[in-house]
Amino acid sequence: MTVKVQSVKQCVVLSGKGGTGKTSLSAGLMHLSSLNVPGVYVDADVDASNLALVTAAIPQETHEFSGSKLAVIDPNLCSRCGTCFDVCRYEAILKPINKQVSYQVIDLLCDGCAACVHACPEAAIRMVVQQDGEWYHSTSPYGHLFHAELFPAAENTGKLVTTIKQAAISFSENHQIPLIFVDGPPGIGCPVISASTGADLALLVAEPGVSGKHDLERIIQTLEHLKIPIMICINKFDIYPEGTNAIKRLANSYGYQIIGEIPFDDAVPNAMVQAKPVTEFAPESPASLAIQKIFEVIMPVLFSEEKTYN
Amino acid sequence: MSTIKIAIASGKGGTGKTMIATSLAACLDKHIPVQFLDCDVEAPNAHLFLKPEIDSLQAAVILIPEVDQDACTACGKCVEVCEFHALAQMGDQILLFPQLCHGCGSCQRVCPVSAIHETPRQIGNLRFGKARSGIRFLTGDLTISEPMPTPIIRQLKARSTDECEITILDSPPGASCAVVATIHDADFVILVTEPTPFGLHDLKQMLGVLDQTGSPGGVIINRDGIGDVRVEAYLAQTSYPVMMKIPYQAEIAVGLAKGEVFSDLFPQYQAKFINLYKNIIEILNDKEKV
Repeated sequence: MTVKVQSVKQCVVLSGKGGTGKTSLSAGLMHLSSLNVPGVYVDADVDASNLALVTAAIPQETHEFSGSKLAVIDPNLCSRCGTCFDVCRYEAILKPINKQVSYQVIDLLCDGCAACVHACPEAAIRMVVQQDGEWYHSTSPYGHLFHAELFPAAENTGKLVTTIKQAAISFSENHQIPLIFVDGPPGIGCPVISASTGADLALLVAEPGVSGKHDLERIIQTLEHLKIPIMICINKFDIYPEGTNAIKRLANSYGYQIIGEIPFDDAVPNAMVQAKPVTEFAPESPASLAIQKIFEVIMPVLFSEEKTYN
Repeated sequence: MSTIKIAIASGKGGTGKTMIATSLAACLDKHIPVQFLDCDVEAPNAHLFLKPEIDSLQAAVILIPEVDQDACTACGKCVEVCEFHALAQMGDQILLFPQLCHGCGSCQRVCPVSAIHETPRQIGNLRFGKARSGIRFLTGDLTISEPMPTPIIRQLKARSTDECEITILDSPPGASCAVVATIHDADFVILVTEPTPFGLHDLKQMLGVLDQTGSPGGVIINRDGIGDVRVEAYLAQTSYPVMMKIPYQAEIAVGLAKGEVFSDLFPQYQAKFINLYKNIIEILNDKEKV
């Protein structure tokens, strides 16, 4: 009997710059992979999560997410000494306007460090755990989607990203599903690092132009630091050929080839309005054909180290 | 003198925040003293358009603890108070994980034998300069592999002046802590969106942030004509006005890709940006009267 042993492969889609087309590409890859290899999907852009909007995702489980704590001052115990104000490095303590009211915490600015709690001589301050959002395990015609909604203005520490990724990984392992696609957040900071950790491949979506090029270089450097293999594609490559060439030169200077070029195509926003992956909405459209090609390049790479044991 | 702070935010990335922020700055620069802060320190791009001459560079730092192991009695108090698990105890050694440290200073304050002192750790850069005829330009960038943008945003803002009539803050995307750090004290927030389901979903997130900061705001619909009408239909049920619409045009996308300021490329918009500013001032004056 032959038993195939393999770990779950992770592919994260990133861009540095926002709005380059990560989610439209991810939805296309999700649809295409559901026709071939079954997959599990994660929307790691938890404060602007959109993958569920184009994949007909229906939540099967809803979980509360609590990650942060806020300081709360008991007005009856507060002696108005102002120590909390002095130690707070986040300007999160409001001075009282008169002796009748106590010092107060400005929730939006509180970093949750508890410096005031430890410094208060009256022990009038305590930390209270906050609910920062919800996360969901949803089913969709294309597979299982793990996604979240961070509450507006909540702290995005990457913990929520890690939570939904771990849920996706254990689900994949339990159901022997070999592949996880992660639709990543913009930027290069905490949530990007959480979304990328453990990835076998990062697929970068670049956009021709000065901003796209600048931010592509920063995400390449971030991923190289994390030692994650990189492949790069260019979206809307045909709107500015000079910019596309500049992206290619930049990629080459880091030793990367461009594995796909997606043209500007009305089918992409139209598919979004119809709440469908573009590859399903308009399979023969130029953008869909380009996404298909990208899919065909990355799959063998993701599964190249597959081992078979007797 | 005080400055009027106008922040440009969006929720969804790539909707045109920097395009609007740089155009507003360029148009007002001809009339009044303008200060510009690029607070998108993970992916700062405004300098590519306003092309400032940078005349000063400073390190953005946070203060992290340094433990004097000779003086340390390994009581573990510092480890106990750290909310971010940046300190750990291994036998009688205190270990520091610098990237987890938020720089709050608690460990140093609770140490009973004063074995901890704070030392600066660089997490990015702050750059200052002048753009155009006199825009005071401030930008920051997060060092590669550093997780926390918000201290850099706070430091940029701390270096801004009240002497300019207007301060324009170009916000990062999203609707979480880095955005809050940018816009919490803004007098007015311009939300730039696109008329698509993604634009609408993320715009709603940002309206939720404005509910909490209490700042007045208005919306600019960019790439009008793509997508559908649900953004406008939604806004019609809120108190947030649509302040400008910019149609989708390939020429705009190309101009931005080249690094041109939108209002330079399409001068017919210059009067619209001046009007946008006048509208904002009117809204703020009306609010003051109430």
